[in-house]
This record gives sequence, C-alpha cells and structure tokens, in this order.
Amino acid sequence: MHIPDGFLDLRTAATAAALAVAGLAYALRDVKRSLPPRRVPLIGLAAAFVFAAQMLNFPVAAGTSGHLIGAALASVLLGPGAAVVAMTAVLVLQALMFADGGITALGANVLNMAVVAPAVAFGVFAALRRLLGRSLRATLLAAGFAAWCSIVAAAVACAAQLAASGIVDWGTVLPAMAGVHMVIGLGEAVITMLILAVVLRARPELLDEVGRVPGTAGVTAAYGLMASVALVAFVAPLASSRPDGLEYVAERFGFAGFATVAAEPPLADYSVAALASQSPWLSTAVAGGIGTLIAFGVAWLVARALTTAGQSAAPHR
Amino acid sequence: MAALRDRLLSPYQHGSSPVHRLPAALKFAAALACIVLIVLLPRGAWLAHGMIATGLATIALVAGSNLRQLAIRLLLLEPFVISVALLALLRPGGWPLFLSIMAKSTLCLAAMVLLTATTRFSDLLGVLWRARVPALLVTTLALMYRYLFVLVEEMERMRRARRSRTFTAGRGTVWRGSAQVAGQLFVRTSERAERVYLAMCARGWKS
Repeated sequence: MHIPDGFLDLRTAATAAALAVAGLAYALRDVKRSLPPRRVPLIGLAAAFVFAAQMLNFPVAAGTSGHLIGAALASVLLGPGAAVVAMTAVLVLQALMFADGGITALGANVLNMAVVAPAVAFGVFAALRRLLGRSLRATLLAAGFAAWCSIVAAAVACAAQLAASGIVDWGTVLPAMAGVHMVIGLGEAVITMLILAVVLRARPELLDEVGRVPGTAGVTAAYGLMASVALVAFVAPLASSRPDGLEYVAERFGFAGFATVAAEPPLADYSVAALASQSPWLSTAVAGGIGTLIAFGVAWLVARALTTAGQSAAPHR
Repeated sequence: MAALRDRLLSPYQHGSSPVHRLPAALKFAAALACIVLIVLLPRGAWLAHGMIATGLATIALVAGSNLRQLAIRLLLLEPFVISVALLALLRPGGWPLFLSIMAKSTLCLAAMVLLTATTRFSDLLGVLWRARVPALLVTTLALMYRYLFVLVEEMERMRRARRSRTFTAGRGTVWRGSAQVAGQLFVRTSERAERVYLAMCARGWKS
C-alpha cells in the first residue's frame, strides 16, 4: 500500500500531508499529556518491533505469503497516540532509508497507514470492548475486527488519493482496492489476534497500562473524528463529482467488470453483475456489508479457537 | 534470504568521495528538490527525464558507489512501483500514463537510493533535528534506528531456535510459530524498553 513518488499530483500530496501533520500533531500532544515518561522509549522500540515483525512471513498458498502491517496491533498494545507516532516513525524510516514509499507521497502514506489505520483500529477496538466486555475472547475478537477495519479504511483512503490524482478512475479503483484489501485484511486480523494472544498470555498487564490512560471516551471520539475527516476529505469530492448517471455507470462498468474480476474478489464480481444496473454505490455498499460480516465472523471463530470460555484478559482486575 | 535482508538493512555504502563529504542537509535538500522536480515534470517530457537520469548516474560515478548494489536495491523496490502502476492500465488508453509513471517513480527511487547510499541515517536524523521536527518524533526515530538491528537479530535467533526444534512445517504450524515469535519479541521489546528508560534516566534524560 506504500504509494511511490510520481503517482500523486502536488495538490493531493499537499492536502494529504497537511492532514497527516495535523493528525500527527494531535497524537504527539496526546502522548505528551497522557503517556508516563517511563513509556516514551517503548514507542521507539515498538516502532522497531513493528518493522521487524513485518519481516515475518505468513505463507498463504502457492508460494505467496503475507505479512503483518501492524497498525492495529500497535494501537491495541500502545494506545492510539503512541501507535500513530510509532507507525509514522516506521514509514519515515522506510521512506528515508529504504526508499520504500515516496518522499512526496510520504504525507499520504503517513495519513493512510499511520493516522487513519491506527485511529480506525483504536475506535473499533474501544467500541467493541465496551460492548463485549473485557474477557480475553472479547479482547481478541475486538482486536481482530479492528485490524480488518484498519486495513480496509487505509486502502479506501489510498484509493481515493490515487483517484484524486487522476491516475485511476474512482469507480474502478475503489472496488479493486477495497476488494483486495478485504481479503488481505482477513490475514492481518488473524495474525494480529495470534500475536496478541501470545502477548496477553505472557504479560496480561501490558494491555492494562493502555486502558488506564485517562479520558478514554473523549480520546476515542477525537481519533474517530480524525479518521473520518481524513477519509471524507478525499472520498466526498470524488463521490459528489460522479452523479448517478445511468449511462456513465453502464459505460464505466462495461470495462470495470472485467478489471475487478481480473483483480480478484468474488464479492466485487457479484456486486457488478447483480446491482450495477441499479446503482454502483448501493452495490459497493452491499458488497462491503457482506465483507464486513464475513470479517467479523472470521474474527469471532479465531477468537473462539484461541480461548476457552471465561478467560479474562486481565486476571487481577 | 539472509543476504537479501542484509542488503535491505544496510543501504549505506561507506566511502570518502566528495559526495560523501558534502553536508547531509545539502544532500537531503538536493534529493528532495530533485524528486519534486521529477514529480512536477509534465508526463512524456522524455528529454528532461533522460537528463536527470544522466545527472544521477554521474553523481553515482563520482561517489564511487558500488553500481551493482545500487541496481539491485533499485530492482528490489521496483515490484512495489509496478504493482501500483498497473492500476493505471485499468484505464482505457493507459499505456502512456503507465510508462511515464514508471519512469518518474524509478527516477525518484534512484535519487533516494543514491542519497541513502552516500549519507548515514544518523546524519539525516541530525538534519531533521535541526529542522525542528518535534523532539518526540526524532527521539522515536533515533531509538527505532538504534534498536532495529538488535530486534531483527533477536527475532532471527528466536526463529532459528524454533526451527531447530520443530520437525513438521505445515501451514498452521508456521502461522502459530511466527505469531509466537512476534508475540515473544514484543514482550522482550517492552522489557528492553524499561531497561532503556532506566539507562536514559541514569544519563540525565528528561522528556
């Protein structure tokens, strides 16, 4: 998902960079105010940990393998502000040292993977944990689903930036990127849950320290707002600049149908076939809804498999 | 695999050429200007692209870089570029767009590869520090850079230990094994962070 140099036009790159700086500034302020100094070095080391963990291969099929991206894991283990700072450090180092992700696209990459992804992950994680309680199973389920959401949100933001730069058509790139990353996100969810289960078995108190940060509800709202603004800033203009002209849709999807099937997912295929004649936004929403349910189901199954009933994430609570 | 990882982790090529001796801030600014220029060039301005490529090649020669290593690093990064550029082919008549994007991205990558081959990362951090990037972010970057190699080595040791004690390597085993390694690595990382904090305090660090 790293956007290289030369893909974004300057207007998009500058907008994304401004949003990324705003998000990062809020996170830095949040960390300074609420993180005990004892945990400051952990941000740097956790960034190194995320970088190292990204090197671990998880074989999928036929020689391909996936790896962790880590925004959700960092968000759960460090708290949202520290996760934003750590993921930013990972991306800056990747761009400056390994030329992985462009310099002019650094703002966009930071926005997608270091602001939107951890913010979405934290919002979903905090909300689900409030709903489901704090047992180990609920914690794992919440983390897994949050990981999936963070990947899809980052992919949508990335697609919107590419479309805003005129590289690709919004109607083509959204189903393609979102569809592929709905599948990738399942891998991220499972990996995140497996790793989190190991950490929580070994050191359950690590999660407590994050939970003890004061003002969680307000902070959750702030990060949710941050992610929404970042997403809406790019998605809204694109959506509104494409009126629901049936002719436009038919013409576009005559081509887009081919592209999305080649790119991957059965859902996109289904949505194009059945619903494109009515409204592309409806079909995309339906496909997204089905994908979300599947992701939640997978997270639930894995959480069940990893735990026995009644275990608590924090035994001494 | 190990060789590939080595190459990824050490982009800096030690040397004492005039390019190496230039101040890091100057090289950083020049690379940045070069990249912005490439991005701003209109699509299909092939002459200008060629001139920039020649310029970068000249700098690489003056710096006495190991051209083979530079080329390998560039090739290792190309797949990322191609995978995104392929999206452009989804448009009708996307070929010229695809080619120009590939050219631009490759040139930008070359500029960055050249910068990191001739400049230490710690010097780049110094530039960020003097440019008044927030201290917390620079501290995080410095700590990350310092412990990156330590953690990667620790991870390799854990993986080696695990591999030498596991006989079957089914897919499920590998997933659980990798997750075990990553989870334990985080536990060790947080313990190490506590020790690092105490050491930093002992040396008079204030947040």
